[in-house]
Amino acid sequence: MTEINFAGERHALAPDETVLECLERTAHALPFSCRNGACLTCMMRVRAGTLPEAAQAGLREGQKQQGYFLPCVCRPDADLEIEAPADAELFGRAMVSEITHLSASICRLRLRTATPLFYHAGQFINLRRGDGLVRSYSLASVPRLEDILELHVKRLGGGKMSNWIYNDLAVGEALDIHGPNGDCYYIGGEPDRPLLLIGNGSGLAPLYGILRDALADGHAGPIHLYHGSRTAKGLYYGDELQALAREYRHFHYLPCLSGTVDEAGPEPGVQRGRADAAAFADHPDLSGWRVYLCGYPPMVQTAKKRAFLAGAALRDILTDSFEMQDVRRLPRD
Amino acid sequence: MSESLFQRIGGAAAVDAAVDVFYRKVLTDPHVMHFFDTTDMDGQRAKQISFLTMAFGGPHEYTGMDLRIAHAPLVLDGLNDSHFDRVAGHLQATLEELKVDEASIAEVMAIAGSTRDDVLNR
Ligand SMILES: Cc1cc2nc3c(=O)[nH]c(=O)nc-3n(C[C@H](O)[C@H](O)[C@H](O)COP(=O)(O)OP(=O)(O)OC[C@H]3O[C@@H](n4cnc5c(N)ncnc54)[C@H](O)[C@@H]3O)c2cc1C
Ligand code: HEM
Ligand code: FES
Repeated sequence: MTEINFAGERHALAPDETVLECLERTAHALPFSCRNGACLTCMMRVRAGTLPEAAQAGLREGQKQQGYFLPCVCRPDADLEIEAPADAELFGRAMVSEITHLSASICRLRLRTATPLFYHAGQFINLRRGDGLVRSYSLASVPRLEDILELHVKRLGGGKMSNWIYNDLAVGEALDIHGPNGDCYYIGGEPDRPLLLIGNGSGLAPLYGILRDALADGHAGPIHLYHGSRTAKGLYYGDELQALAREYRHFHYLPCLSGTVDEAGPEPGVQRGRADAAAFADHPDLSGWRVYLCGYPPMVQTAKKRAFLAGAALRDILTDSFEMQDVRRLPRD
Repeated sequence: MSESLFQRIGGAAAVDAAVDVFYRKVLTDPHVMHFFDTTDMDGQRAKQISFLTMAFGGPHEYTGMDLRIAHAPLVLDGLNDSHFDRVAGHLQATLEELKVDEASIAEVMAIAGSTRDDVLNR
């Protein structure tokens, strides 16, 4: 039988149980969001014992070496002694410097940190509210272009953090932030590679950062950005992206509408259908391409397979999947 | 000492070159694709690196028992000789595409063939 030792208590793991589930069963309230190894909200540290590989799959080399792991995807084969990381190890402070509503469901949140954060555009940070609620948001800002951190938050029906940010958070308030994390960002040194960027909704956030990072880096190969939305208003940043497409002839902006046409009728230059479908129809052969897939997890998953089968190498398909808390798996109150 | 099979084929770099080619083949073959279709493509890729390293005569720690255990759930799902032959065929085609010499291909196929009873849990 495998045991975990946490805060001086020993707990036997039930068959197939994760460390997170075991701690919840034994009345420890740990922070979590995706429960799928994607958001790093639940991160803990091992003091003794051998971790299964999967428990560290999404972490950076440095984090792995320091013994960090993700209890939501950790099913240990051997006894573990674990601890919650000290708060100061992970979290720093940031101040809200701007909130702009870009559409009826998406807002832009700009933050300032006391000391600069070293990150790549397209990585994500975790925001923590005063009551301890943590959620991940991807960076649309580019360190070499701007000092502020920019996030795009999509408000979801019943969503706790996103509605609070959209409706209640105000300029001047402070938040705790943890990051940067994730490996979905522009990789320099191969300026001629064609890039395919596909995102829906606020999945544009990391892509907007990656795109501008690539252009600022002098990327010379073609860049195709497909942004999908169900409504015309969800195609935010259209003017900015069109301006970039005029300035850089090798950048192509392809907005796609998948819902029913708004009363105003279809916008000029907007394609009908899903962004991923349009992208794969336009680019059937992706050998040698680098592909970025961001946003709605089922889209990211199917598009990853399609991009691979269209010839992209698996390591050249970078994803930022907005895994959400699965409300069906939460205890009911 | 003469070069080992693994070194002759090109070692870890050859495995790396082969894995995407091989994975694309099994994922598009209607006869076996359901065994390989997963939400965790990177995890699946890592397992295929293990598979190819082993078949290429490279360093690995799998015993016959490990292969039995790894494939036991697939056998319950109907894995049989016909699937084994298809996967072996994709392995051979991958090596041919990568222009591996015939003698080395024959050696790889012999290693793969020797695992048949373990993979099929017989
Ligand atoms: C790596 C990563 C990057 C991300 N980047 C971004 C980003 O850049 N922009 C962005 O907008 N999001 C991003 N997300 C998603 C984000 O972290 C949050 O999951 C999202 O904002 C929802 O959080 P929430 O607290 O508002 O919703 P939660 O309260 O966690 O609810 C989650 C889901 O359940 C539904 N729900 C909640 N309560 C109910 C209820 N009572 N009945 C029915 N359904 C309910 C909500 O509609 C929502 O779909 C990212 C996620 C990850 C993992
Ligand atoms: C040709 C001989 C074969 C060899 C030497 C072999 C070897 C391996 C190895 C080493 C692993 C990794 C095990 C692990 O690390 O967990 C593996 C996993 C796997 N093999 Fe094979 N294999 C063979 C044939 C097949 C065939 C015929 C199929 C199906 C048609 C198949 C399907 C799989 C699958 C789906 C996995 C992943 C299982 C999981 O997700 O745990 N293999 N194989
Ligand atoms: S990584 Fe564990 S809850 Fe998201």
